[in-house]
Amino acid sequence: MTAFDPVRWRPAPLLPEADVRDGALLFVVAVLCFLACLTAIGVIASDRAARGWIGQLGGEATVIVRPTRGETPDAAAARAAEALAGTPGVAEARALEPAKAYDLIRPWLGDISDLEDLPVPRLVTVTLDRKAPADAARLTAALKAQDVDGAVDDHSLWIRGVKRSANLARGLGAGIFLLIAAAAAAVVAFATRAGLAARHDVVEVLHLSGAGDDFIAGLFQARFARMAAVGGLAGAGAAALVGAALRLAGGPQGVTPALPVSWVDLLAVLPCPLAAAMVAAAAARFTAAGLIRALE
Amino acid sequence: MSTSPNAAAQPDGAEEIVRFDAVSMRYGQGPEVLRSLDFTLAPGSFHFVTGSSGAGKTSLLRLIALAARPSDGRIALFGRDVGRMPAASRPALRRRIGVVFQDLLLLDHLSAFDNAALPLRISGRRASEYRGDVAELLAWVGLGARMDSMPQTLAGGEKQRLAIARAVVNRPEILLADEPTANVDHEMALRIFRLFVELNRLGATVLIATHDQDLVARSGRPVLHLDEGQLTQRAAYGAEPA
Repeated sequence: MTAFDPVRWRPAPLLPEADVRDGALLFVVAVLCFLACLTAIGVIASDRAARGWIGQLGGEATVIVRPTRGETPDAAAARAAEALAGTPGVAEARALEPAKAYDLIRPWLGDISDLEDLPVPRLVTVTLDRKAPADAARLTAALKAQDVDGAVDDHSLWIRGVKRSANLARGLGAGIFLLIAAAAAAVVAFATRAGLAARHDVVEVLHLSGAGDDFIAGLFQARFARMAAVGGLAGAGAAALVGAALRLAGGPQGVTPALPVSWVDLLAVLPCPLAAAMVAAAAARFTAAGLIRALE
Repeated sequence: MSTSPNAAAQPDGAEEIVRFDAVSMRYGQGPEVLRSLDFTLAPGSFHFVTGSSGAGKTSLLRLIALAARPSDGRIALFGRDVGRMPAASRPALRRRIGVVFQDLLLLDHLSAFDNAALPLRISGRRASEYRGDVAELLAWVGLGARMDSMPQTLAGGEKQRLAIARAVVNRPEILLADEPTANVDHEMALRIFRLFVELNRLGATVLIATHDQDLVARSGRPVLHLDEGQLTQRAAYGAEPA
């Protein structure tokens, strides 16, 4: 056994290195961070899906044309397409061929031979200018100017519904995310309280030896921040793996159209360890400071 | 100097380092454990606090150590009213007071050297500045060969001396000791007492709570006697330790 040499002495950590509760706390923080990261990835992916749908719906309009003055439906449709093609905000207007119109209603009526005898209205599909799309009022005005009887559907009803769904998903995601962060903070606060109770002797000796409240709280803050960062890293890593698996399984379209996970979405997990450490540090400091104040 | 009937005397002309004015204390909503104490201690004085179990000796030391607050009255340490002092100033005041706790409160996960060095570390000094002093102090209290030992491996007397080393390592102006000879034999008790006398000679104001009437009688030092939370005995000055 070598003799103790004060010159080589280095101060030991003031808090014991390991605690039996550390493993359980690490696991809980990792699980909470995993759920938080999955929520974040889900919100980002569903938001992308909603924006895609809104873009598709908003870039097109459909006009139902009714023949007037004894003209044929096809002639009315051609005249409507011509009127709309010259309207500002319209990139292209194209009369749907009768066969395609029949194809649209065939799933409901079946494959019957005398389909052509039905008075099927003609449709004009309008591709809108992405930068400055024409609205329904302008399209209607253009039709009226050419004396075409038509009803414009700019998909605004669908767009409102999709937007409402996207906002709801965003709000729910943010709510779940905050709830998980609050749960993580509560768990860390509870662990800090238990840690302080278990090491009451350390706290008391430091306190009575003249250590300031900040000094003592700082010890617990550093310990729990470090632990939460490790837990956050594990949880974020697991969530990234799940996200990668979803991307690989579903491709760019996602395993469901509502969750088109992209590789870049996985970057959302990166701030998790730091965020977990910050939440833990704040919870530990706040709890420790309150308990130390109650010592006297 | 206080004129209260239960005030301890102090040398004329000395500025008090501890002053109690009508100090009472209770724990929570319980009964008063200290009742209307008036006394002063002069810098460099050496007092014993005696009394039966539950008389309030530990509570009195806790008040001076700023480990508890009085329920009534005024305490001044180093000429400052501690009741009016901001909370942020109290740690700096505590660093001027060394305490040997009744249950020693050594930290089991730290070596004897780390335990002894704790107050210096808390004061923010660099290890290179004080590790030589700590080693010297531990050798002085007879623990030169046990510096890297963990507290649980030390004998009772060694633990006592380690706790004393930790209490004095920062050269406190007030040294408080709660039953420092309670768990040691007579010979060790005398050695520990001589250690306190030596520290007192170096300038520390010493206040020792003890049941050891024999030690008190042999020391010839003034006594603050507590009976059910009240000071009942005036002390005399001038006697030198046995």
